[in-house]
Amino acid sequence: MAGIDYSQKIPNNVDLKSDKRLQRALERWQPDYIEWWKEMGPTDFNEKDVYLRTAVSVEKDGWANFSYVSMPEYRWGIFLTPHEKDPLIQFGDHMGQEAWQQVPGEYRNWLRRLIVTQGDTEPASVEQQRLLGHTAPSLYDMRNLFQVNVEEGRHLWAMVYLLHRHFGADGREEADQMLQRRSGNPDHPRILSTFNEPIEEWLSFFCFTMFTDRDGKFQLLSLAESGFDPLARTTRFMLTEEAHHMFVGQTGLQRIVRRTLEVMKEFPDADPAEKGAFPLELIQRYINFWASSCYDLFGAEVSSNSANFFASGLKGRAYEDKFEDHTALNQFKAVERFVDGKVVTEDVPLRNAMNEVLREAYIADNQKGVDSWNKECEKAGVPFRFYLPHHRFNRQVGEFAGLRFHVKTGEPMGEAAYQAMLEETMPTAKDRSHVKSLMVGVREPGKFAGWIAPPLRGINGQPVEMEYVKL
Amino acid sequence: MSSTSTLEQPIHFQTSPDQYRHWKLSFDGDIATLAMNVDPMGGMREGYELKLNSYDLGVDIELNDAINRLRFEHPEVRCLVLTGSLDRVFCAGANIVMLRSSSHAFKVNFCKYTNETRLGLEDAAENSGLRTLAALNGTASGGGYELALACERIVLVDDRNSAVSFPEVPLLGVLPGTGGLTRITDKRKIRRDRCDVFSSIAEGIKGKRAVEWDLVDAVAPLSRWDETVAKEARTLADAQPARAQKGVQLPPVACETVEDESGRTHLKYRYVTLSLAHAERTAELCIEAPDTGAQSAAEALEQGAAWWVMQAFREFDDALLHLRMNYRDNALVLLRAKGSEAVVRRTDALLAAGENWFTTEVRHLVKRVLKRLDLTSRSLYAIADEGTCFVGSFLELALACDRIYLLNDPDHEVKLGVTALNAGPLPMSNGISRLETRFLGTPEAVGAILAHQDKDSFDAETANELGLATYAPDEIDWEDELRLAMEERTSFSPDALTGMESNLRFAGPETMETKIFGRLSAWQNWIFQRPNAVGERGALQCYGTPNRPEFLIERT
Repeated sequence: MAGIDYSQKIPNNVDLKSDKRLQRALERWQPDYIEWWKEMGPTDFNEKDVYLRTAVSVEKDGWANFSYVSMPEYRWGIFLTPHEKDPLIQFGDHMGQEAWQQVPGEYRNWLRRLIVTQGDTEPASVEQQRLLGHTAPSLYDMRNLFQVNVEEGRHLWAMVYLLHRHFGADGREEADQMLQRRSGNPDHPRILSTFNEPIEEWLSFFCFTMFTDRDGKFQLLSLAESGFDPLARTTRFMLTEEAHHMFVGQTGLQRIVRRTLEVMKEFPDADPAEKGAFPLELIQRYINFWASSCYDLFGAEVSSNSANFFASGLKGRAYEDKFEDHTALNQFKAVERFVDGKVVTEDVPLRNAMNEVLREAYIADNQKGVDSWNKECEKAGVPFRFYLPHHRFNRQVGEFAGLRFHVKTGEPMGEAAYQAMLEETMPTAKDRSHVKSLMVGVREPGKFAGWIAPPLRGINGQPVEMEYVKL
Repeated sequence: MSSTSTLEQPIHFQTSPDQYRHWKLSFDGDIATLAMNVDPMGGMREGYELKLNSYDLGVDIELNDAINRLRFEHPEVRCLVLTGSLDRVFCAGANIVMLRSSSHAFKVNFCKYTNETRLGLEDAAENSGLRTLAALNGTASGGGYELALACERIVLVDDRNSAVSFPEVPLLGVLPGTGGLTRITDKRKIRRDRCDVFSSIAEGIKGKRAVEWDLVDAVAPLSRWDETVAKEARTLADAQPARAQKGVQLPPVACETVEDESGRTHLKYRYVTLSLAHAERTAELCIEAPDTGAQSAAEALEQGAAWWVMQAFREFDDALLHLRMNYRDNALVLLRAKGSEAVVRRTDALLAAGENWFTTEVRHLVKRVLKRLDLTSRSLYAIADEGTCFVGSFLELALACDRIYLLNDPDHEVKLGVTALNAGPLPMSNGISRLETRFLGTPEAVGAILAHQDKDSFDAETANELGLATYAPDEIDWEDELRLAMEERTSFSPDALTGMESNLRFAGPETMETKIFGRLSAWQNWIFQRPNAVGERGALQCYGTPNRPEFLIERT
C-alpha cells in the first residue's frame, strides 16, 4: 500500500499526510474495511454509479460535493469540525479546565467504551440494510439508502480514526473487531441488540432512520459536548450528515402517509391495504414498535455510568449550553419508579438521571415528526391522528422492563388486557406479510411504488425523475 | 459502648432448593447445573437491588446450601456446572450498594462467609469427586469471576463482548474480596505482570486473549455454546467414578431460641447449645455426644443426617454463623465438649476408616466446621471442667481454641483423649493438623500425644504434662482464674484481639487458603476502613453517585 497519496484517497483535515503512525494503522485497516464493505454492504450494487454526496473538506459546502461514484470508490474522509481557540471543558468536575487534546489516562477505558459502542452501530446498520436496494420503491429512494449507507460507513471511519489516533494497540484491536462483529450473527453479534435485527422492508427502513438514527443524533449531541476535544469535533461533523438520515426517515414516512391518504380519498369505502397502500393503523403499529424499542437505547432511568460519564466530562447533555448549571451537582430529577404495582416518582441525583434527560429530549424531538404526519391527515380531512407510544410501553431496559403498560396512557395493565391491546398496537404477522407483499423494486426514473408518494423535490436541486442510480 | 448485639433482622442460614430465590438447581443424570438467577428485589434487606446477578449474603447462603446438598443428597452427580440465567451476564459480583451501606464488621463477615463457600466448592471437587465447571455465559466481573476461579475449569462465551474482569481497583478503590488475587497467581499461576494489567482494566479481558493469559480455559462461540458446555461437563464427569447412586437428605437444622429472665439468649439445638450473656459479652458453646451411636458405616448411612455426629456438627456450624453474624458484640466463647467417650471413639473410628462415601463425606463436613471455628473472630477458651470429654474430634475443638483451661483436681473427672482423627484427617487451612500446628517447635510432643491413640483417655494432670493445658488450676483456684481470664479478655480492644488471634492461630506453612484469609484480613479489611475507599470522597462511597472519588495521595 506504500506510495498512496492519502490526502487524495482519504479526504481529511487531520494532517494525515504527516502522521506516520496513523497512516500505518489506516494502511492496515483500510483494505479490511473495503473487504467488509464488499461482503457486508449493499453488495449487489457495488458496481453501479450512484449520485452521492461526498464530504471533501470542512469549509462551507465542502461537506456536500455531489457526483456519480460507485460505492467502493467512495472517498470516506476524516473530518473534525474546526474549533475555536483553546476550548474549555464545559461541564462536570473538570469544568473550566482546558479540553483534552489527548486521552486522559484515567478515563481511557471509559472513553474507549463510549467510542466503540457508538462506532459499532455504524457498520451494523449498513449490514442490517444490505438487501434493501432490491426492493427500493424508486431510484430516488435507492439513492437515499446508499447515501445513508456510505455515511454510516464514514461514521465508522470517524470512530476508527479516534481509536487509531488515540488508543494505541488496544484501539487498533477494537477497530479490527468493528469489522469482525456482524449484525445478527449468533456468535459475534453487534453490541446493541436492536442492531442485530435485519431490516427487510422499507417501512422499517424509514422507521429506523426516523427513530433509531435519531437516537444516534442525541448520542452524538451529547458526545459533541465532550471534554475530549477530538471526540467533540468529530461528532459535531457527523451530526451534519446524521440530519440527512432523519430527513430520509421523516419524509419517507410522510410520503407513505400522504399516499395512503390519496388512496383513501380515491376509494373511500375500501381498505387501503386492498389498494396496495399501508393503512394508517398499520403505520401506527410500526411507529409503536420502533419508537418504543428506541427508548431502550438510552439505557436505564437511573445509571451509575451516566453519572460517571458526566462527572468526568466525557459525555454531556444535548445542547449543554442551554442549561444554566453545568455541574449538575446538588440537583435532583424526579424519575419514575414502579413500586408495588404503582408508578411513583423519586428524586435521584441529576447526574445519575442523565439517560432520562436525554431520552426526554429525544421524545420531544420525535414529536415534531409525528406532528408533520398529522398535518397531512389534517389537510386531507381525515380524523386519524398519529401518536408516540408512552415511554413505559414495551420496554426491555430499565425500570419498566418486561412490565405491562398501556401504549397511550402508560397506565399499568393486567396480562390479558395487555395481550389484547398488543393485537391492536404492535405489528402483527398479517401486517408484516402485507408490508412484504408490496416490496417490489421500481427502477424506472421518476416512477414510484404504489404505496409511497413522490418527494416534493429532488436531491441537490435536481429533478425528481433524474436517474439517481445508474443500473 | 455497644450497638450491634443483635441485628434488627437476625439472619438465618437454613434454606433448601424449594425456597431458593436466586438459583436454579437442575439435574441431568450425573451432571448437575446450578444457574444463577438473582431476584433483583430479593435482597436480604431494603436499600439495594440485586441487578445483573449481583449478590448479597442471602444469595451466598443458597449457594452454600446447594453445594452441601450436592455432596450429601446427590452422590450420583459427578460434575457441577455453574452458569448464569441472564442474557450476556454471568455474575456482576457482590452488590456495591449493599457493601457500601453495610457496617465494616458485616462486610468482613460477609467476605469471610463467601470465601468459605468458595473454598467449600474447591473442597467438593477435591474430596467429593464433584468436578466443577464454570460456564460463563456472559460477563463475569469481580466476585463473579472469583466464583468462576473457584471452579476447576472455566469456559467463557466468545460473543466479542463478554469478558472476565476485576474492576475493584480501577472502579471501586478496593480489592477483589473472595480470593481472586490469590487464585490468579497461586491457583492458575498466571504471570504477575499480566495479573497486574488484568486487575487494572475495569472492563476486563475477553475472547482469545483471556485464553492466552489463562484467565479462562476455553472460549466457545454462542452457536456452539450449549454443545461445548455439555461436552466439557461430560469429559469432567467421565473422568470421575460415581460415589453412589442414592444420597442422604438434609433436613433443616432445628434451633429454638430462648431468652431467660436474666436477659441471656439460648440457642438450643439437639446436641449443641449456645448461651449468650450479653452484658458480660461472653458465650458458652457446648457440644454433647449421645449415649449411643451407629456401630458401623452401613448403620451410619442408614441414619443419614440424623447420625449424631453429622447433626451435631451441622448444628455447631449454624451456631457459629449465628454468633458471627447476629451477635457481633460477643467477645469470648467458652467451649465445652461432653458426653459418651465410647460413642465419640466409635464414631471417630468410622469417620477415619471411610468405609463408605457417606462417612468420608461426614468427615469432610467435620473438617470444614472446625475450619469455620478456626476462622471465627472471637476469643475462644476451651473449658475442660467436671464432666467434659475432649476426645478425638472433640479434642480438635479444644485445639482450635486460643487457650485451654483444665480443671486439675482428682475429685473432678476431666477426660481428654486421642483418636485417629487427631493425626491428620482433619487438617487446618494451613494443611497440617492442629497438633502439628500447636507443637511446631517440638514435633516430638505430637508423637507423645498420638501415642495415646486407641488407648484410654487421660486425666488433666497427664494432659498438662503433654502440653495440652494453657492453665491447669485446681479446684481452689479454678473459679478465680477463670473469672480473671474472662474479665481481662473482654477488657481488651476487640480489634487487637482479632488481629492477635488470627496471627497466632495459623502457625506453620502457608497455603492458598491461609493466604486468602490472611490477605483478606490484612489488606482488604484495611482498605475497607481507609478514607480512599469509604471516606466521604472514597471510591467505594462515590461509585454510582454523582461524585467522583478524591484520593489521599500518601502511600502507606
